[in-house]
Amino acid sequence: MTATPLVEARNLNIAFGRGPAALKVVRNVSFTLGREKLAIVGESGAGKSTVGRALMRLLPPSAHMTADALRFADVDLIAASEKQMMALRGRRMGLIMQDPKYSLNPVMPVGEQIAESWRLHHPGREGARQAQERTLAMLEAVQIRDPARVAKLYPHEVSGGMGQRVMIAMMLISGPDLLIADEPTSALDVTVRLEVLALLDELIARRGLGLIFISHDLNLVRRFCDRVIIMYAGQVVETLAAADLDRAEHPYTRNLLASLPSIRHPRPRLPVMTRDPAWAQDRRAAP
Amino acid sequence: MIAANALTIRFSADGPPAVDDVTFAVQRGEAFGLVGESGSGKSTVLRALAGLNPRYDGAILLDGAPVPPLRPKAFFKRVQMVFQDPYGSLHPRQTIQSQLLEPLANQGLPQPPAAADAALDAVGLPRAARYRYPHQLSGGQRQRVAIARALMLEPEVLLLDEPTSALDVSVQAEILNLLSDLRQARNLTYVLVSHDLSVIAHMCDRVAVMRMGKIVDAFAADRLRTGAVNHEYSRELLAASEAYGG
Repeated sequence: MTATPLVEARNLNIAFGRGPAALKVVRNVSFTLGREKLAIVGESGAGKSTVGRALMRLLPPSAHMTADALRFADVDLIAASEKQMMALRGRRMGLIMQDPKYSLNPVMPVGEQIAESWRLHHPGREGARQAQERTLAMLEAVQIRDPARVAKLYPHEVSGGMGQRVMIAMMLISGPDLLIADEPTSALDVTVRLEVLALLDELIARRGLGLIFISHDLNLVRRFCDRVIIMYAGQVVETLAAADLDRAEHPYTRNLLASLPSIRHPRPRLPVMTRDPAWAQDRRAAP
Repeated sequence: MIAANALTIRFSADGPPAVDDVTFAVQRGEAFGLVGESGSGKSTVLRALAGLNPRYDGAILLDGAPVPPLRPKAFFKRVQMVFQDPYGSLHPRQTIQSQLLEPLANQGLPQPPAAADAALDAVGLPRAARYRYPHQLSGGQRQRVAIARALMLEPEVLLLDEPTSALDVSVQAEILNLLSDLRQARNLTYVLVSHDLSVIAHMCDRVAVMRMGKIVDAFAADRLRTGAVNHEYSRELLAASEAYGG
């Protein structure tokens, strides 16, 4: 890990609403990210996507965010103005969402959407002139054959896997340092999923990015990421190296792993999770 | 029990059929899995079995006798379907009780409220859930309601279209266990469609692999466990599923 982490979160808290009725969806979440692949795993409602959004400051106005520290490289994400955030989003930190069907503009050719991302961050004539060329190079980098043809297609004309490659191209074209991928492959078929992951892996390694990979899929994360944060009810219950997942100590993590059906080791019944209320109780804040 | 014979479905006159000459037969009490990637036609087959798409060529047989494309009422007493997204398949503005009793009303049967209680008991939901609306339940609870509704008419065959792919793994484990228990207790026959080989391997006795509208391979599910699948595409699917530990 580098000396100054790419991302540092210390005791991040996010609540919807105010006062005693406020719903605390993220509680005292702390982690650091270097140039590595960090997974945030949890079930629906665990708060994992909310953490991802908080880093981009894309939470709805009803959300109240506090933290002892929330930094991206040299930027204090709590104090940053909206203008500063605009300069960060897309330019230095990119967000890849789950389903390209819903996150691409349906009435704009995909190449134009990638070029737009470039022009936005490189204003002026120079940027406009380079946009086309960069777009085609980027499409090639995400292993799309015949980029010139694909650039003219509309989102409904491309497959799910290709749509997700377009999203990746759009996020990488401005050369960010951090990529936040929120379930980037959940909408894809297994064989396509592997291709997209391999591509993402290669691009991240080559460009030396930091990745926050938000997922509910422990098996996928185990193969793909370096470290894993397990979230439950808004808190981090365990942080471990992906290779050590089998040695997880928290009963929630162990239960989560056990409840996956397995092709090779069939069991007549799957173990069912009995949720200990203690798991959801407030844990100690980080110093 | 239920079978498809040379089932072919086209959505446009030109272009390849969505389902191309599909034939299989499911025995009574068996769990039969249809696996494939998106667009392979697996759900289209299931919808045709359920009678949701009457425009097909070939035959669908129940107990060896072809059923008419426009299904008679009596068919639904024997065959019921559970959909992927319980939120989309439950009426948002009807109470759970009225949705549970609706299949009985459709069949012109008496609708004693006790029937709703029994159905909720069978799927492990509290009886108080009958006065709730779908949005007041969790995803897993909603899927339990969808299963309860499918069981109201005490069918022999359940058609399951990705019943757990919208759920968290811990909830998926509960629903899969529930489906296993129900099959055993009621000697149900399952046709289960899924893209997830580990779910298929866990639940099914036999598997058919679909690709581009055709069944390209079919085998006993324990062949998945030993890795002894022969067809190139089945191997590819299995390898991709196992590549991350499945």
